[in-house]
Amino acid sequence: MILNASGCLDALEAPEVALGLDAFVTKTVTPQPREGNRPVRIAETEVGMLNSIGLENPGIDGLLSDKLPRLAELGVPLWVSVGGFAASDYAEICAALDDRAEVTTIELNLSCPNVDEAPESAAEIVAAARPETRKPLYAKLSPAATDLPETARAVQSAGADGLSLVNTMRGLALEEKTLQPRLGHELGGYSGQGLKPIALAAVYQCYRATGLPIVGMGGITSGRDALEFLAAGARAVALGTILFADPEAPGRVRRELAEELDARGLAGTEAATGLAHSRGPVHVA
Amino acid sequence: MPRREALKVVANVAVGPYSLIRVERGGLDPGVPGQFFMLEAPGRPLPRPMSLCQASSGELSFLLEAVGPGTRALAAVQPGQEINIFGPLGNGYRLDVEQPLLVGGGVGLAPFPYLSEQLGGPPAILGFRSEWHAEAAALVPNAEVVVEPTLVTELLTDTHDVFACGPEPMLEAVRELAPRAQLAWEAPMACGYGACYGCSVKIDGVLQRLCVAGPVLEAVA
Repeated sequence: MILNASGCLDALEAPEVALGLDAFVTKTVTPQPREGNRPVRIAETEVGMLNSIGLENPGIDGLLSDKLPRLAELGVPLWVSVGGFAASDYAEICAALDDRAEVTTIELNLSCPNVDEAPESAAEIVAAARPETRKPLYAKLSPAATDLPETARAVQSAGADGLSLVNTMRGLALEEKTLQPRLGHELGGYSGQGLKPIALAAVYQCYRATGLPIVGMGGITSGRDALEFLAAGARAVALGTILFADPEAPGRVRRELAEELDARGLAGTEAATGLAHSRGPVHVA
Repeated sequence: MPRREALKVVANVAVGPYSLIRVERGGLDPGVPGQFFMLEAPGRPLPRPMSLCQASSGELSFLLEAVGPGTRALAAVQPGQEINIFGPLGNGYRLDVEQPLLVGGGVGLAPFPYLSEQLGGPPAILGFRSEWHAEAAALVPNAEVVVEPTLVTELLTDTHDVFACGPEPMLEAVRELAPRAQLAWEAPMACGYGACYGCSVKIDGVLQRLCVAGPVLEAVA
């Protein structure tokens, strides 16, 4: 199953790209509309990029009244990414989405590096959102957590049905000549190929810690990358930064992944999930 | 409709300090003057937005200035090499005007050769920071050239239908003098097709993605 990473595709602007996905994940929606951060918002680095968009979005009312009905017409299953600045924000949006048949799954963005974090822990936010909706809840976590497997276990106990791993990590890029921060917001979220080993480790550890379904993402550019995320424990993968450079990536990655699976005699993506764990856990004396 | 294809580089020609990259057209539509294409910058994670400079038979060409890692990578492409190009994207210039005048600054003249051809060779005013940079004026017919410290706005005296492209201070100054001007803006963008929200700028007080709402905007909406 191939998704987009939240904030890396506008299905209404590029429906042909979204139609190549098994589900479309919206840009993160917050209770109120947000303008986002001031420009400059994008800075390429040697092996990836930084963004400091800052959750620009029309607010939950704008999503429900305008965007959701149009997104539903595409016929691609919809995941809504939910953000906020307190656990009650997440709960409120989950309640508003609960009876919307267009939405198949809710992803809780617990880790945007470009806005102030909610004061509550990831688990407290999941616990607040859980009673408000019957829809599957995926918790999107940062790879920068001090003890990611522990955070993953905590959100599982709080009622998360799955994990989205990983969000971007905070980074900085400086101007060539002036040595000043290139982004208007100074720090941004780092994504792209440089994130892949970190994301793989997160998937690997959280698969072992929770057994929850995982959407793996972070620097996937090819079918081979997707296969590695499956092997580490992901049941699905999401494409992020590669969509900016290659809008045809969904179809290409899908073809390449099918070839990789065929070459190994694997019947499907399910057969590949968790293969990296076949030797069993390593015990340190 | 925008398409993405790997296109073969035909030539990479120095024009003053700039590079004119000519590629085979393949199945790409040249689009409307002022629209842009995302060019793969070899070895870099992200493509770069470039407006179409010329659309001669069977080719597309792009004029660029090597100012950073992406444009340096593009300025180094060799004939025979293939680069992925995606476009045409965004909104170009509206051509239904009576008295066109092209006003450009530096590498901002990039969309003018194609625009001039479509408009039948209207007059142009081009400003550059040196005589060396001004060599690029040869790409635009009927151009009057000024070199700093003279500014293009010093020659902008009447009520033409202005098409402008250049650095932001020049566009702001042109907008003051020609309120109906069509201005082509620039912003860093990762994708060029509305996905990344990197190029959002304030248009009429509202943040909009320049790649979708622009890059050409009417000075007064």
